[in-house]
Amino acid sequence: MFTLDRVSKRFQGAAALDGITLAFESGRTSVLIGPSGCGKSTLLRLLIGLLLPDEGTLTFDGRPLAVASMRGLRHRMGYVIQQGGLFPHLTARDNITLMARHLGWRQEQIEPRLEVLAALTHFPADGLGRYPNELSGGQNQRVALMRALMLDPEVLLLDEPLGALDPMIRYELQEDLKQIFAALGKTVILVTHDLAEAAFLGHTIILMREGRILQIGRLAEMMDAPTEPFVEQFIRAQRNHFGP
Amino acid sequence: MNGRRAFRVVGPVLVVTLLVAALFAGCDRSGGQVLIGSKKFTESVILGEVLAGLVSDAGVPVTHRRALGGTRILFNALASGEIHAYVEYSGTLTHEILAGSRPADEAALRDRLAASGIRLAGSIGFQNNYALGMPEARMAELGISSISDLVDHPELRFRFGNEFMDRVDGWPGLQAFYGLPQQDVRGVEHELAYRGLAAGDADLTELYTTDAEILHYGLRTLDDDRGYFTQYDAVLLYRIELERDTPEAVAALKRGLGLIDPARMIAMNAAVKIEGRAEAEIAAELLRERLDIDNEVSTEGRLGRLLRYTLEHALLVGLSLSAAVLVAVPLGILAAYRRQLGQILLAVVGILQTIPALALLVFMIPFLGIGAGPALMALFLYSLLPIVRNTHAGITGIPIHLRESAEALGLPAGARLRRIELPLALPTLLAGIKTAAVINVGAATLGALVGAGGYGQPILAGIRLDDTALILEGAVPAALFALGAQWLFERVEQWVVPRGIRGQVKP
Repeated sequence: MFTLDRVSKRFQGAAALDGITLAFESGRTSVLIGPSGCGKSTLLRLLIGLLLPDEGTLTFDGRPLAVASMRGLRHRMGYVIQQGGLFPHLTARDNITLMARHLGWRQEQIEPRLEVLAALTHFPADGLGRYPNELSGGQNQRVALMRALMLDPEVLLLDEPLGALDPMIRYELQEDLKQIFAALGKTVILVTHDLAEAAFLGHTIILMREGRILQIGRLAEMMDAPTEPFVEQFIRAQRNHFGP
Repeated sequence: MNGRRAFRVVGPVLVVTLLVAALFAGCDRSGGQVLIGSKKFTESVILGEVLAGLVSDAGVPVTHRRALGGTRILFNALASGEIHAYVEYSGTLTHEILAGSRPADEAALRDRLAASGIRLAGSIGFQNNYALGMPEARMAELGISSISDLVDHPELRFRFGNEFMDRVDGWPGLQAFYGLPQQDVRGVEHELAYRGLAAGDADLTELYTTDAEILHYGLRTLDDDRGYFTQYDAVLLYRIELERDTPEAVAALKRGLGLIDPARMIAMNAAVKIEGRAEAEIAAELLRERLDIDNEVSTEGRLGRLLRYTLEHALLVGLSLSAAVLVAVPLGILAAYRRQLGQILLAVVGILQTIPALALLVFMIPFLGIGAGPALMALFLYSLLPIVRNTHAGITGIPIHLRESAEALGLPAGARLRRIELPLALPTLLAGIKTAAVINVGAATLGALVGAGGYGQPILAGIRLDDTALILEGAVPAALFALGAQWLFERVEQWVVPRGIRGQVKP
């Protein structure tokens, strides 16, 4: 779906991405993971076109991403961020249907789609009339997910979607996300710093550090055959939270 | 939701309708009418009423634009044809208006005026000269009787009207001519100078020899022993084209020549200022006695007056504010999108705010005439800063993750502005409009100086006549109006700002 060829991105001279070459598989869930500042969020922001690469080429569905075609392409991608990015002046319903209404969808198209999405994300129907500040953090993320899915995009991009939630809600949403990804069979690219979450949700894990990719594969492969000592350290550091 | 949608549709229509109405209102309403002007002091207003009464008696439609402002405003209005006639003082013409090339004699003065399309018809019959006045008791105490005596008393506190302070034939000339040493010399509203004398806060002011206050405050004039002050004959000026267009009006105006002797003028001034009678009534009395003219004096009741002031004030505030919103919101958006241009824009509207209102009003008169025009423009300019600044702040204050979310959704720039950025900036933007409205209600009272009407009219008249009740007649409704405007905008805020962002000024 997405392919990157020697893509680099610099912020004030410092390389955030350093010659990344990578292809994301269609219909699979890929998880970008790594320590803070490794470039995983920058990579995701390049994919949705909020940033442009300094060097290298980035293609979507075989065509290079360009400023001119970006807006249309974004309708084929859904994007969810950690804070949800919901507009506080719009109700949950208006947030979700904003783009569809802008594109001139009729009410008869919008309503069934909303019902499908609310059922899919286990969102209560009476919550649709509420504003984001009247909903819990977990519900906000469900609304953000529905907004991202409204136009039935081919790709779902999620930037630490569960990062700001408390552990119980996070656990519940992880379960729901896994079911949703499985049900939809879309290309999903998810950024997280939590290895357990990555292993639980991802078909493929992409471990990054300092703007480079260290290893691509499943968690078991990384544990069995780490390509670098850092891969082993990273895995061990995350495991240590659970004790011996 | 429906309310908001309705507002989006009705709002702009309403604003455009108001603007069109303003354009028509601003158009010359005088068609065929003779317009008489007067300065903002009692004697001039009485004389304006007398001229208006004369013209009206001849069956010519006439309007008196009362108490327009100072000499400069009146003369410019006459020179540009904004008014057709008023009473000026000969000394003011030679020493102030044509001071650059002072005409040698009266014939030269007539020629100069004729070149500007103005006819000097002759004297009304009295002089109103400048003189210096002090409380009688204080003069006796200090042994002062003439202006030369002042040289020995440098500690005296002088309070002059602002016009006298600035005029070449006023304080600057007098000081040089007599070599006066006083340091504590300040310009104040002339009416306030009298009150300062009465309260003992000041020692001396300039007087007009027909002032009613001379008797009222127990003042005496100082002998102009070296003959500094000019003779100020009250003279009738009118536009020359009146002779062609409405000769009957000219004939009527000329009946005013020699009509009023000095004693009568002092009595008329006193009747208004001390007895508190209406200028129109005093003028009608004069015309009835001297010329057997019986004009009906339409005396507006207090309620009718209040209604008219309120309407005028609301029109001034409403129109200037609507126009300011239409201009300032796009400017604020532009400033938010183009950072560098934005800095310049904010600086320019900031500088506009620092121009004194009176200076701005006088500056506008050559372009916009007298009446509501300059007042609307001044209020419009003053309203820009709070609205531009708050629109700018509202948009630039939107958190980055919300801007990016809108972009990532694939909304085009126009839709992002309309659906996301402006609604999020709305509470801040409305706060700016509210500030502008409240400032505007206060500033609009100054519009009365250029004949724009509104609550400023009773306030100015009240200061002029030393009539607290009259001042309150303007000040109290103005304050209530400001509170009302504030309340109205809070209601509007409840109505148009969505629940999700209500009660927070910054999104």
